[in-house]
Amino acid sequence: MTLTAPDQTVAPALPAPALAELGLRESATFDRATIADIQRAAETGIYDIRGWGAKRKVPHFDDLLFLGASMSRYPLEGYREKCGTDIVLGDRYASKPLRLDIPITIAGMSFGALSANAKEALGRGASAVGTSTTTGDGGMTPEERGQSKHLVYQYLPSRYGMNPDDLRKADAIEVVLGQGAKPGGGGMLLGQKITERVAGMRTLPIGIDQRSACRHPDWTGPDDLEIKIAELREITDWEKPIYVKIGASRPYYDTALAVKSGADVVVLDGMQGGTAATQQVFIENVGIPTLAAIPQAVQALQELGMHRKVQLIVSGGIRTGADVAKAMALGADAVAIGTAALIALGDNSPRYAAEYAKLGSAAGYYDDFQDGRDPAGISTQDPELSARLDPVAGGRRIANYLRVLTMEAQTIARACGKAHLHNLEPEDLVALTIESAAMARVPLAGTSWIPGATGAGL
Amino acid sequence: MTTTLDNVEAQRTSVQTFDLKLGGVRELNKTLHHATDGDTFAVDHPGGKHSIAVGVNAEVDIEINGHVGYYAAGMNQGGRITINGNAGVGVAENMMSGAVHVTGDASQSAGATAHGGLLVIDGNASARCGISMKGIDIVVGGNIGHMSAFMAQAGRLVVCGDAGEALGDSIYEARLYVKGTAASLGADCIAKEMREEHLAELGELLRAAGRDDDPADFTRYGSARTLYNFHVDNSSAY
Repeated sequence: MTLTAPDQTVAPALPAPALAELGLRESATFDRATIADIQRAAETGIYDIRGWGAKRKVPHFDDLLFLGASMSRYPLEGYREKCGTDIVLGDRYASKPLRLDIPITIAGMSFGALSANAKEALGRGASAVGTSTTTGDGGMTPEERGQSKHLVYQYLPSRYGMNPDDLRKADAIEVVLGQGAKPGGGGMLLGQKITERVAGMRTLPIGIDQRSACRHPDWTGPDDLEIKIAELREITDWEKPIYVKIGASRPYYDTALAVKSGADVVVLDGMQGGTAATQQVFIENVGIPTLAAIPQAVQALQELGMHRKVQLIVSGGIRTGADVAKAMALGADAVAIGTAALIALGDNSPRYAAEYAKLGSAAGYYDDFQDGRDPAGISTQDPELSARLDPVAGGRRIANYLRVLTMEAQTIARACGKAHLHNLEPEDLVALTIESAAMARVPLAGTSWIPGATGAGL
Repeated sequence: MTTTLDNVEAQRTSVQTFDLKLGGVRELNKTLHHATDGDTFAVDHPGGKHSIAVGVNAEVDIEINGHVGYYAAGMNQGGRITINGNAGVGVAENMMSGAVHVTGDASQSAGATAHGGLLVIDGNASARCGISMKGIDIVVGGNIGHMSAFMAQAGRLVVCGDAGEALGDSIYEARLYVKGTAASLGADCIAKEMREEHLAELGELLRAAGRDDDPADFTRYGSARTLYNFHVDNSSAY
């Protein structure tokens, strides 16, 4: 959110403790950010649009802990004893499934939302460590295809730039039903970022505020989706894995229906998953946390006898190797990162503090991706800003970060005595809070209590 | 240049025939994907099967004798495909080039998101005809259903009968020509003046579709362009 000028000029002169000593009390309901939101709405007459995912605090992977090996479990030695990280995605029907070296992929982000240099950096980084990257709501660019060893091509409601040549060039196809930041919402790209190249790729006039469809134009519901998936398989001669991406809202049913529709892979994006531009009210109030979504999807897969046969990729708030390990222990086959990858590239870095201040924001708070004025050169189409991001150096940063995530996850897996990341299991986990125990369906630490476990389970 | 249906009637020398009563759609499509320019195919007993002749990527002639299910001729690139019957949902969806001719009626989302080529439907088309079209030309001999040309970005849709409710809702730069009436217009879609260039391009489209309707009888519809930007006064606050 952009801070408006009055907020900056009336900053409190006294620090908070001093105010409290004077008997001044900030409202929990009408806190200062809420007051700024109301006043901004009153001034502008338009809802706030921003990037990133949900910022509110929700039960997350931080609320889970691993039970390391002990008397009854043997740990593995670091370095000397192998802990595998490779995965195969899409071997249910595809003749050419994806074989990745690590279970951490790059989530779909469009050229348009991101600069060409950012897309190239993501491709370079992912390729260096043997994982995949994903296109977005803007078609496939040559930079991205050229630099990505494994490229997932998104099939979105807008079908901007969709064409059979790129479909055949892709290594997998991801049919997007929704994303965690806005389950039920279409895309948005404001005029500042609709340059001639972006407009050309999307067949749109330059400079318009682009709103893309939230429903696919030629199918509705799971019965149609089955026929649509079969068509995509026919066009590509049954070679490519077909993913179905859902925003986490009803993951138990959506996962089951995706499997029945013939998906090879289900991608599940929780509400902390990012966006390039969405109404704040949507981001913060629609969808469920990643932690709550995973067990529901895994349950659906298990009941259909398809767990590990249809792979589950989880995204939305993955930051560390611990998050990777926790998602996999809950039953995911792989994870995807978006926001964290942009941060690895330099997004919200304190070194741009002065420039964030000029934009009315600050390092750690900057989320105006829709404005296209990103000082880090990532969420922009401005040639001068984009040029700040060296795609080769950026690729190295992404590769480094992916390696750290992998090694961190291996560290935890070895401690739990697992010779492969996918051997992590819910029994390795406990929860710190009742909420997270209920959502993740693992016991509250020190107890055998899983709230709701004896109930309906949904 | 407008694609025409003329070439479809080109002389067929060696026709390779598929009987879908005997073989499957997979075998047909696999063969079509390996075809070269000038090859000619016939498909008998399509029986409403889905995904017939999808992903064609050569200038081939294909004649389908009967009704087809969903997505027939989907993502066509260069093929000249005739369907002697009715077509299910999404006929010629995302076509890039070539020509698709449906002699009967078409279901929903005909020509959806298509970037190029010519789709001719002699009968009626159902709802969402030309939805999100991105450059295709569509000529419908009869009526079209509701929400047609929704978010239509580019290309031309010609309707020789009537259009259903909410024609051209949230339309971008596509041009719509309707001979009969439109039950209602969608958001930001308005009737526009038929200037000389419009009469000329409409005449060309009608000829390409093998029709003799008089362009002067049509009304042009397009975008009022009032939804192209959010409240401009407040753009700095988005």
